[in-house]
Amino acid sequence: MQPIHRRQFLITTGYLSIGFTLFGCSPSTEEASAGSEGDFTLESPAGPLPGPSQIDAWLQVLEDGTVRVLTGKMELGQGLTVAIQQVAGEELNTSPGRVSVVLADTGRTPDEGITAGSRSMETSAMNVRRAAAAARERLLEMAAEAWGVEQNSLFLEEGHVKLRAKQEQLSFADLLKGRQLSAGIPKDISLKPKDQYQWVGRPVPHPDMEKMVRGEALYIQDMRLPEMAHARIVRPPVYGARLEGWDKAVEQMPGVLKIVENGSFLGVIAEEEYQAIKAQEALQQRSQWGAGPELPEVTSWPDYMLAQGGAGQKPVKEGENTHHAVYSKPYVMHGSIGPSCAVAAFQDGRLHIWSHTQGVYPLRATISSMTGLAEEDIRITGVRGSGCYGHNGADDVGADAALLAMAFPGRPVRLQWQRQDEHLWEPYGSAMRMELSARLGPDGKIEQWAYDLWTDSHVNRPFGDAGKLIAARYLADPFPFDKTESGIRGGARNSEPYYKIPDAKVKSHYVEGPLRVSALRSLGAYANVFAIESFMDELAEKAGRDALDFRIQHLDDERAVEVIRELKELTKDVPVASGEGMGYGFARYKNTASYCAVAAKVQVNLEEKVLRPIKMWAVIDAGEAINTDGLKNQTEGGMIQAASWTLMEEVRFNQREIASKDWRSYDIIRFDTAPETEVVVVNRPEQPVLGAGEAAQGPSAAGIANAVYAACGKRVRELPVKKGLFG
Amino acid sequence: MQSTREKLRLGVNGKTYTIEADPDTPLLYVLRNQLGLYGPKYGCGLGQCGSCMVLIGGQAVMSCTLSVKAAEGKDIRTLSGLAGDDGTLHPVQQAFIDEQAAQCGYCTNGMIIAAVSLLKQNPQPNDEETRLAFQNNLCRCGTQSRVLKATRRAAEKT
Ligand code: FES
Ligand code: FES
Repeated sequence: MQPIHRRQFLITTGYLSIGFTLFGCSPSTEEASAGSEGDFTLESPAGPLPGPSQIDAWLQVLEDGTVRVLTGKMELGQGLTVAIQQVAGEELNTSPGRVSVVLADTGRTPDEGITAGSRSMETSAMNVRRAAAAARERLLEMAAEAWGVEQNSLFLEEGHVKLRAKQEQLSFADLLKGRQLSAGIPKDISLKPKDQYQWVGRPVPHPDMEKMVRGEALYIQDMRLPEMAHARIVRPPVYGARLEGWDKAVEQMPGVLKIVENGSFLGVIAEEEYQAIKAQEALQQRSQWGAGPELPEVTSWPDYMLAQGGAGQKPVKEGENTHHAVYSKPYVMHGSIGPSCAVAAFQDGRLHIWSHTQGVYPLRATISSMTGLAEEDIRITGVRGSGCYGHNGADDVGADAALLAMAFPGRPVRLQWQRQDEHLWEPYGSAMRMELSARLGPDGKIEQWAYDLWTDSHVNRPFGDAGKLIAARYLADPFPFDKTESGIRGGARNSEPYYKIPDAKVKSHYVEGPLRVSALRSLGAYANVFAIESFMDELAEKAGRDALDFRIQHLDDERAVEVIRELKELTKDVPVASGEGMGYGFARYKNTASYCAVAAKVQVNLEEKVLRPIKMWAVIDAGEAINTDGLKNQTEGGMIQAASWTLMEEVRFNQREIASKDWRSYDIIRFDTAPETEVVVVNRPEQPVLGAGEAAQGPSAAGIANAVYAACGKRVRELPVKKGLFG
Repeated sequence: MQSTREKLRLGVNGKTYTIEADPDTPLLYVLRNQLGLYGPKYGCGLGQCGSCMVLIGGQAVMSCTLSVKAAEGKDIRTLSGLAGDDGTLHPVQQAFIDEQAAQCGYCTNGMIIAAVSLLKQNPQPNDEETRLAFQNNLCRCGTQSRVLKATRRAAEKT
């Protein structure tokens, strides 16, 4: 087969080219000049990439004078693309619409690790800002030289350098004449003064929104290549089960091109997608598997975690002014609406994977260790997928697709996980137990505090270790997976109270839980903040104080106090009828990132088993806000998602299997329950940008539990709340 | 095992297509893979999430559980068929942009299709009716409150 060239697609694919312009196959079209783009070539990039201290590692000027930014980060639905367009456009005095963004690609962009922990704005957007500022300075120098004038008689506007006094102008492209800016980015580069900002700090609409509403191809799931075959995988019925045999007649089913078997890794490649699905279903029914290890029977998470992880530290000595409580959360899933998907092609010893991974470089290292291919022979190109809230199936499906493509060289293979693959095999957010005790002093303030948490790991990402990939563990020559090596990583996030307490002790306990786990939005912070903020309400009641004033009493950080005060002001006139209640929660995410205070108003009817969050409010201070509406959108979404986790979510399993296979057996919040939302942004342009995308998770959980208590007098400490209230 | 392919005629977005497929194939795969219409998305294949919605005779229908054979001869409209011939967006599409009612946008197809179907049958729905119309549409990014706002905005315009 011929190597896959982009130009060839355009000629041979007719309607399919609609999809490709979005991925940057036709840079002259308008679509390609805004929003995100990708690359579908199998060719290796020419020469080594520029180093990250060079301008052109981050920014290029295209022939049509528009600017292309290369980011090592991924668009996860968090609004990275538009934020990057804004900061780059701002430094260059050029509208964000004239800036296109290339997402992470080991063949094109700098290595920026993984896109996680709400750090993409803090880090990548700042790298781009500095590169764009350096580009501006270089362009001004070049134009000054070309015209023989002083630099201060020049300015930048909409992709041009202009002469102040006259009408003369030169486009960036004319200035550069096909070259790129390879100069270094000076450490002390001066950035545009913030009081001159036109786009940053404003609610700039997301450029990809129009493509979304028009139903254009935008996602990895929409990617089509010429000669592309469709694949499905057949996973073991339970963790650890080994393949014993399968009915070879499936090979004769219509359209089946190849059945790939490697140990207990089983997949089917077919000409058409529905043929692959039918063959997968047939294989599922007609394959034999050994039994996997039994899963434990868990009836109570607090009891199970305690039994597995050992006793905690001594609680605060009991007495009149002391309080003691135990909280827990079950396993929760990411549940992206689009199941994971990847396209891979293998030819002449080189592997190209298109993936919605959070880290193209780490995944490349891991695939290299799994396949034995050198890293230089693997290229991973990031293409956006469905919303990503942490470590989901993206890396695993990439590894699956790689194995299939390598067993079927010469044609691109698209692997789409089925809903069940995602529900059963994604790494969940770990179950946790939190135990708190505290004593109030004579002044009603907390004097002593003891906090213990029990959890499995919150980070099991593939950073080069093949055993972190599902497929690698089931190969004929399997890679071991050492769970204990990672400890509780991320589980202790926000376990230290942000409140000033003279004597506070925090201890964590590792539990090797029964289910596969890794990073889920906010990691341990969700449950830690749920526990701490529920407990703060319980203590405030004991102290006879208003819940918010009680928090303010224990804070010495003005910004923290301000978000709480603003929230109080925002919700002070909200009417609360009988059967309704208001509740609050606050946290500074990671104790170093965004400040977020959340209020929830809920309605409870115990007899009719009704629990509805009517409305949720948030006040968030994320330092300098790049896109105020993007920040609101993230925070609203965080509240609704956290409401769903808190009210109703729990991965169910029995000794034989995981029972949460689909949206019936694992339901999430629907429109009958979703609250209205309102978010106020405290914008601090003079402050550094702080990660914000995960800030609402914990405060929302506590806000809801506290509101339920206010509405009906029942304190729910074991999540999900509906189960605690109604059984 | 024999392949049972049939020639079928499909009316999509005002055009008629003749395609060849196994008549059991869910309409979703034909729209995406044979007609290049990427609006409808695969989310579950089980009729549980709404990502794959299309309009059939103006009504929102899950295209993942409807066979292409059963869709033959029907008036099918997909997300990309909502805009006018000159590219003007449908008021519901415009309202979604105005409210920025998406994050990842994977569910957006189903949300817009459900909203168009609702407003056609009930141009001025109340809150309860609106919520009910989206009951089979899941969004994991948590854009429900914005989707409701966008629907209200579109209702005001029509
Ligand atoms: S994909 Fe059709 S309802 Fe989920
Ligand atoms: S916007 Fe991401 S699933 Fe709805």
